[in-house]
Amino acid sequence: MTTTTDTHVAAPPGADPGQAPRHKVRPSMSGRAPQDTPAGKWTYILLGLTFLLSIYPIYWMFVIATSTDAALAEIPPKFLPGGEFARNLAEVFSLQDVYFAESLVNSVIVSTVITVSVLFFCSVAGFAFAKLRFRGSRILMVMVILTLTVPNQLGIVALYILMGYLPGEGGWNGSLLAVIVPGLVSAFGVFYMRQFILGAVPDELIESGRVDGATTMRIYWSIVLPAVRPALAVLGLLTFVGSWNDFQWPLITLGGTDYPTSMVALFDLASGNYVLYRRVLAGAFVATVPLIILLFVGGRQIVRGIMEGAVKS
Amino acid sequence: MRGLSHRLHRFDVKQMPYVLIAPFFILFAIFGLFPLIFNGVVALRTWRLDDPAQDGWAGLANFEKLLTDEDFWNALYNTFGIFVLSTVPQLFLALCVAFLLNRRLRGQTWFRVSMLLPYITPLTASTLVFLVVFGRDYGVANWVLSVFGMDDPIDWRAGKLQSWVAIATMVNWKWIGYNALLYLSAMQTIPRDIYEASALDGATSWKQLWRITVPMILPVVIFTVVLSTIGGLQLFTEPMLLDANPASASGGSNGEWQTIAQLIYKVGWKNLNLGYAAAMSWALFLIIVVVAVVNTLVTNRLGGGKR
Repeated sequence: MTTTTDTHVAAPPGADPGQAPRHKVRPSMSGRAPQDTPAGKWTYILLGLTFLLSIYPIYWMFVIATSTDAALAEIPPKFLPGGEFARNLAEVFSLQDVYFAESLVNSVIVSTVITVSVLFFCSVAGFAFAKLRFRGSRILMVMVILTLTVPNQLGIVALYILMGYLPGEGGWNGSLLAVIVPGLVSAFGVFYMRQFILGAVPDELIESGRVDGATTMRIYWSIVLPAVRPALAVLGLLTFVGSWNDFQWPLITLGGTDYPTSMVALFDLASGNYVLYRRVLAGAFVATVPLIILLFVGGRQIVRGIMEGAVKS
Repeated sequence: MRGLSHRLHRFDVKQMPYVLIAPFFILFAIFGLFPLIFNGVVALRTWRLDDPAQDGWAGLANFEKLLTDEDFWNALYNTFGIFVLSTVPQLFLALCVAFLLNRRLRGQTWFRVSMLLPYITPLTASTLVFLVVFGRDYGVANWVLSVFGMDDPIDWRAGKLQSWVAIATMVNWKWIGYNALLYLSAMQTIPRDIYEASALDGATSWKQLWRITVPMILPVVIFTVVLSTIGGLQLFTEPMLLDANPASASGGSNGEWQTIAQLIYKVGWKNLNLGYAAAMSWALFLIIVVVAVVNTLVTNRLGGGKR
C-alpha cells in the first residue's frame, strides 16, 4: 500500500549527482545512508564482474551460433564470434519437424494477444476495485490476492483434461487457444493496476466526470487510461516476457504438434538423435533477441515494475 | 425515454463494476480454480490417456502407490538437493549485489537494467547454453576448473552432486539479479536518519548492513524465500533440457537429477497415467506449503535474531 518513491526508482542516469541530498552535514562516510554514499572503486569492479557473468552465457550463445561444429571443441574456448550465423540459421529454419519459423509467428501471436488482453481486462478490473463502489468489492479483492499465492502449475493435469473437453475437434489441446485463453487475465495484473490507479487517479476527477454525465466506460477511456500509461507499459512488458518464455504448459499441450511456440520448438531442436549445438544455439539466440530488444527499449520500466512490486507486496 | 436513460444510468452505477471484474473471475474460475479442484478428483481415479475405458474410481490407490514409489522419493530427494544448492547461494549473493547497487552509482539505471539480462533470457535458451558450458570434454566450466588446477574433467551428468551443482548454477544465474533488485528497492525505503543515528553511535558500514539494512528488509527477504521455494520446488525446464535426450524426461540415465515436476510430466504424458500424475501434483502442493511455512519461520527467526 505504500506509495513508492519514484525518485529512487528508475532515476535517469544523468540525474544521479543531483539526487544527493543537500544536507551533507557530517563529512564522515558512514553518516550518510548507503544510497547517498558514492560508490568506491571496488563496488564498480564487483558490479562489472557481475555484469560480465550475467552477459557471458548470452554472448557465448552467440559465439556458438555463429561458428562451425569445430568451435565447440576448442580449448581454450573460442572467444570471438564466427561468420556462420546465416548458414546455421538457414539450417534451423529448414528442419522438417521443428517448425521453427511457424513457432516464432506463434509466439508473437500468443504473447501479443495475451499482453493486450491482460492490459485491458486487468486495467478495467483494477479501475473497478480502486475507484468504484460495489457490494463485495473488499472480499473479491482479497480473493484476487489469494489467487496470487497459488501456483496454478499444480492443476496442470486437470487443466489438460479440461482442455480435452472444450468445444472443437479433439478439444483445445494442440491448438494455440490452449495456451492463450488461460493467460488472458492475471491476478498480479489486477492487483498491480488497482494499486497504481488508487494513487494515480484523483477521486475528484472521476466525480467531475460523473457530474458531466459520463458513463463508467467513458471515464475509463478518457480519465483513467491516460493516467495509467506508465503502469500499462510496465505490466505489458512483464506480461510479454512471461508469456514468451512460458515453457511447461506449452510443451504439454503443444508438444509434438505442428503448432509449437518458439520455446517448444527449441526443445524439439535439442531433442532427437542428431543434435548440433551450433543449430540449437542459433535458434535459441533468435528466440532471445526479441526480449533483449525489449529490455533495451523498456528496461527502465521493467526495473521499475519489479522494484515497485517488491515494495507493495 | 427518461425511464430508459434512468435505467441505463442505474445499471451503469450498480452493475457496471461487476461487468468490469467479471472477465477476470470467470476466466480464473474456469482455467485456474476449477483445474485445482478437479485435480483432486482426478487423483482419486485411474485416468489413463491411452485407455479411457479403464477410467474408474481408484480411491486412495494412487496415494498409496506414491508412498512406495522409489522414483517419487528419488525425485523428492533430488528436488530438495537442487533447491538447497540454488536457493541459499542465490539469496545470499542477491543480497551482496543489492548491497553493491545501493550506492550512489554512475550509470545506476544501466547497472540495474543489466542485472535483468538473465531474467529476461528465455529459460530454455539459457539452459541450452549451460548444457554446452557443462559439457564433459570441451565445456567452458571444466576449462575454467582446469585453469585453477583441477585437471580431472568432471562429467556433469554422471552423478547426483555434479548434476545438482550444474542445475543450481543455472537457477542462480537466472535469479540473482532479479532478487537483488527486490532487495534494493526495499533497502531504498529505509529512512535515512536511521543510518545517521547509528553513525553517531560509531557503527561501521559493515555493522550497519547487519544491524539496520538486513533486519529492515526482512519482509522482502521472506517474500523472496517464499517465491524461490514455490519456484525451486517446481523446477522443470532446467532438469528437462540437461538430458542428452530431453524428450525422455528421465533426468539422467539413473534419474540423477529428475525433479518432481519432471516426474509428473513423465508419469502423465510419457506413461500416460494422469490419475497418478494428479496425485503427485497434490503431494507436491502439500510439500510446497509445508516448506514455505517452515522457511518463513526460519528466516524470520534468523533475521529477527540479528536485531
